[in-house]
Amino acid sequence: MQRVLTFLILSALTLFASDAITGEVQKQGLNMSAIVMFFIFVGATLGITYWAAKRTKSAKDFYTAGGGITGFQNGMAIAGDYMSAASFLGISGLVYSKGYDGLIYSIGFLVGWPIILFMIAEPLRNLGKYTFADVASYRLRQGPIRTLAAFGSITTVILYLIAQIVGSGKLIQLLFGLQYEVAVILVGVLMVLYVTFGGMLATTWVQIVKAFLLLAGATFMAIAVMAHYDFSFGKLFATATELKDISIMSPGKLVSDPISAISLAVALMFGTAGLPHILMRFFTVSDAKEARKSVFYATGFIGYFYILTFIIGFGAIVMVFKNPQYLDMAKQAIEGGSPILGGNDMAAIHLSHAVGGDFFLGFISAVAFATILAVVSGLTLAGASAISHDLYASVWKKGQVDGLKEMQVSKMATVGLGIIAIIMGIAFEKQNIAFVVGLAFAIAASANFPILFLSMYWRKLTTRGAVIGGTIGLATAVILVILGPTVWVDLLKNASPIFPYKYPALFSVIAAFVGIYIFSVTDNSEGAKAEREAFEAQFIRSQTGIGAEGASEH
Amino acid sequence: MRKELVDKIKNDPNYIELVTKRTAFSIKLTIAILVVYFAFILTIAFDPTLLGTPMSSDSVTTIGIPIGMAVIVFAFILTGIYTRRANTEFDDLSNKIKKSVKDL
Repeated sequence: MQRVLTFLILSALTLFASDAITGEVQKQGLNMSAIVMFFIFVGATLGITYWAAKRTKSAKDFYTAGGGITGFQNGMAIAGDYMSAASFLGISGLVYSKGYDGLIYSIGFLVGWPIILFMIAEPLRNLGKYTFADVASYRLRQGPIRTLAAFGSITTVILYLIAQIVGSGKLIQLLFGLQYEVAVILVGVLMVLYVTFGGMLATTWVQIVKAFLLLAGATFMAIAVMAHYDFSFGKLFATATELKDISIMSPGKLVSDPISAISLAVALMFGTAGLPHILMRFFTVSDAKEARKSVFYATGFIGYFYILTFIIGFGAIVMVFKNPQYLDMAKQAIEGGSPILGGNDMAAIHLSHAVGGDFFLGFISAVAFATILAVVSGLTLAGASAISHDLYASVWKKGQVDGLKEMQVSKMATVGLGIIAIIMGIAFEKQNIAFVVGLAFAIAASANFPILFLSMYWRKLTTRGAVIGGTIGLATAVILVILGPTVWVDLLKNASPIFPYKYPALFSVIAAFVGIYIFSVTDNSEGAKAEREAFEAQFIRSQTGIGAEGASEH
Repeated sequence: MRKELVDKIKNDPNYIELVTKRTAFSIKLTIAILVVYFAFILTIAFDPTLLGTPMSSDSVTTIGIPIGMAVIVFAFILTGIYTRRANTEFDDLSNKIKKSVKDL
């Protein structure tokens, strides 16, 4: 481990050094404070990984940090998973360019949380061990259910990983002046190190540290902006509308028609409740009580964060927009208007410079990088768990495998996912990947969520219903995204979409529920009968926690 | 879980109370967040200008801003209400049930 660390730090140093000499001068220039703070962060997280590696002895430690994370810590980690670089830069950039629409978008991401608390968190914690497939397959046939759940998990994870890693490569390229490929490889290698050596314990603490830094940095920015306007929203908005126009104060084009509005809402609400890396976090706490607290704190942190990004977006309008310092003159010469360097997603980064100079720009850049690392680590661990715990240990070995062997497979899967992420990241560099996160949410909402939800609450669910219905949901989501405007028109350059809506979730979620219903109630096999009879015992455990997994001893 | 354990818990008045109360409470709160959120998003879908109404004639701030913020705060408060009741009342009931079957 130590040798790996030394090697990594040395090679990273050489990368920066060589790039400082030979690399072309980037728009941002080489920001020394960003690089120093980035090294401090990487050093600290590798320290955490080293500490966590010594405490990660069993499969339970590896998958769930031994189950000893507190509700507050887990709330912070969940919020960290959600506050990705994409949402920090993307939502503040959306507020910066469209104003109120950014707020509508972020509210959609938040409202899934109360529902997760009221419906999912507790039974999930009481029934599961390492992955959400544990719950879905609790009384159903292990093989088919776990295969489908693992497939849903891995697809969601890989799509999400691609989106994060492509974004990160571009961000790092811009902020640190590193080559795109180098940036992607660096992220991939660090994430594999965190996960393989430190497991869930390292992944959780890296996420907590980053969530704290991000919230602190965003709070400072929001306060700095408000201080300029005597802490009066009225004055801030008045200046912003003078610079841009009045339309930023009202809903714009984000929600165009009722069907799209409901479909987006369904994708965000149920999709959140079907994201494997989020669901997995509920197994890191000791019991249902801590699981509930996790959601309470997470909702608070995420809500607070969205309020901050709203202020940051408006702050960028008043301090970055039309500020010649951040103007992309080359782009302006071609397109006109006042484009900023690096595009709208860089609004928050430029604002950090406007309010805190080079030093604070360095801090926020390093935090943005930290955010990427922490989120991709959580994703990778969730994907690796689906491969090792669901596919390898439960489906292939039928549960006849010891924990250490399972952990080894999980580490191998982590390396595999790291390689896939790096290759995909490089392959997708020039692609328009805007649809990818939407697709990940649609799949999570249409395949993972219905199976999980009905397995917890619906007695008549059978293996046949879950497998066929879940597959219908998954297929509908994928096909409708391909035939919709984002892929069929924007990516494949067809004139008009075959399926008119951008968000398929409304249709694919209904398809999944209807499919599961029909193929469950018509299932009269002996197996189905036994599965229905097993519901009672499962429901008692899910409600009371009797028989649930506890925390490990150490 | 063994059959006799299932039968015992199933008929335990504490268990029946726990499931009835919690189910009712969860459903109520879920409906509350769904109604608030869908009212918000469908208002925007059907009449985008409504939330764009200024707070007062000399202000650029629209009523959509405090309403949007209120939806965020509302979501947080609901999670607080649920967590508080579940961590006291519902957990007390579960603990009673656990105690009653400890020897089985």
